Amino acid sequence: MTSTTEITDLQTLQGQLRLKILSLYNQAHAGHIGCSLSCVDLMIATLVLRKREQDTFLLSKGHAAASLYVCLNHLGEISDEVLATYYLNGTTLPAHPAPNKHKGIPFATGSLGHGLPIGSGIAQAGKLTGDDSRVFVLMSDGETNEGTTWEAAHFAIQHELDNLIVLVDKNGLQGFGQTADVLGDTASVQTWNAIGFETAVVDGHNVAEVLSTIDRLTATPNGKPKLIIAKTVKGKGVSYMENRLEWHYLPMTETQYEQAKDDVNERYLALTTVQE
Amino acid sequence: MRKEFAAAIEKIGREDDKVVFITGDLGYAALENVADALGPRFINAGVAEQNMVGVAAGMAYKGYKVFCYSIAPFVVYRCLEQFRNDVCLHQMPVFLVGNGGGYGYGIMGSTHHAIEDLACLSSLQNVNTYIPAFADEVSPMLHQIVAEGRPTYLRLGAGPNTPDGAEVHGSFKHIVHSKASVGTVVALGPVAANVLTALNDELLTGQFDVFTATNLPLNLPADLAHRWAGKPLLVVEEHVSVGGLAQQLSVKLLTDGATPSHFVSLSAQGYPNGLYGDQKYHQQLSGLDPANIARQLASFTN
Repeated sequence: MTSTTEITDLQTLQGQLRLKILSLYNQAHAGHIGCSLSCVDLMIATLVLRKREQDTFLLSKGHAAASLYVCLNHLGEISDEVLATYYLNGTTLPAHPAPNKHKGIPFATGSLGHGLPIGSGIAQAGKLTGDDSRVFVLMSDGETNEGTTWEAAHFAIQHELDNLIVLVDKNGLQGFGQTADVLGDTASVQTWNAIGFETAVVDGHNVAEVLSTIDRLTATPNGKPKLIIAKTVKGKGVSYMENRLEWHYLPMTETQYEQAKDDVNERYLALTTVQE
Repeated sequence: MRKEFAAAIEKIGREDDKVVFITGDLGYAALENVADALGPRFINAGVAEQNMVGVAAGMAYKGYKVFCYSIAPFVVYRCLEQFRNDVCLHQMPVFLVGNGGGYGYGIMGSTHHAIEDLACLSSLQNVNTYIPAFADEVSPMLHQIVAEGRPTYLRLGAGPNTPDGAEVHGSFKHIVHSKASVGTVVALGPVAANVLTALNDELLTGQFDVFTATNLPLNLPADLAHRWAGKPLLVVEEHVSVGGLAQQLSVKLLTDGATPSHFVSLSAQGYPNGLYGDQKYHQQLSGLDPANIARQLASFTN
């Protein structure tokens, strides 16, 4: 069970990384803010807190790269100086992750539907080698529209890749509409469970719950790949962005940036501020 | 070449436990020996070529050298983005093998032909494509591919063995030597056999140097380019003209200032009459048959 202190620490981290994300997007005057805020808590749970040296983390929804960059910065794998080059000419941190530039970014992503096949290959290699490595793949719910998702899913089931842990950032919005209105619920837990994944549904902004679910699913090898449906809110933490499709695309004005920071400070960091 | 390919892969797989072979559900009566030799390193990824290449990239990331096998059109077009993004951009040791390049699958129809494959693949970053013209080239090429460990496409077809006395110059193999050469032929892949047949015409015998291009992008030594300059040059390829050998070679020659007196490209024309037949039928429609090659060469001698 997670203690109150640990929960407070997690909340502080969630707030601090959100502020960094907002700062990056403000500096770059760039979009995809809602996408990053939707999944940053899942990255805190996996990339920051559960990934071991021998594990791999793949951000399949590469458009949330800012979230990946701040997490790697938090881990010391991307320096403050490099982070400050985000979106600038000559950067190694473009809007979508680049190949061969940072150890924590094993593959360039940005075209959806690539992470799960690659992750399955890494997991298969781990099985073939006989090591105890695990692979975390973070996908968007819209991404489960992609045919490669289903090719890879069946590969993972057939090859009993229980070292593969897939997280679906299920915020219910995709590029040009609600997932329910586009192709229906391709991230349905019933579907994934029926085809052979071991599944769980969590609050994707409750880091402690995500952590305990990962630990539970991976406690005993059972030959089943894992899928965690994380119910999330696009733009989580910034009141005017939450559940709004336009924050897949829009950059912030200065006024909006100030309000966004206020929202995050109030929701995540007020307790810390009081203690200070 | 499939027999030579399977034998070579079996040998390589037995010698190197980092070699993995993935098939897209093809290889009946051809790859059983590979499956037996490689055991768990032989994977049938099913009818799911895009995933096959993504999986290969993931395994390569973990240190494996991975072959992905299917018939040429299936392993090229369907998974082009996976090869570009997951393999080539990351310089992964993943090797696509396409059987039946060009019109190799003949009467199977247009879905089973690969006549734009080299244009698609040889333009990618960090890639090498190998196009054996002769069956005995397959094994050494495979050893080289594994040793190089870079993104690769191997285009297989059906061909005889290399003529005696062949010499390698960069990407080119000099297969017919002429002491009084009036011109040069450069062929790509097994259609080179049609060039050799054309040269059986007694009016043409001994009058042309013949080369094959074994890999793209081209490595054209400057001295070779200048040997071809000022004389007619015929390019023969079972591939469309856009992005194929003729186009890539012409850029090299012009860049080197080595201009032939005539430059003629014989290439795959697609399906000009909308009708279908075996490989020879399609070669003939495209002017890649020995008779048309002979006519073209004869025009150089006049």
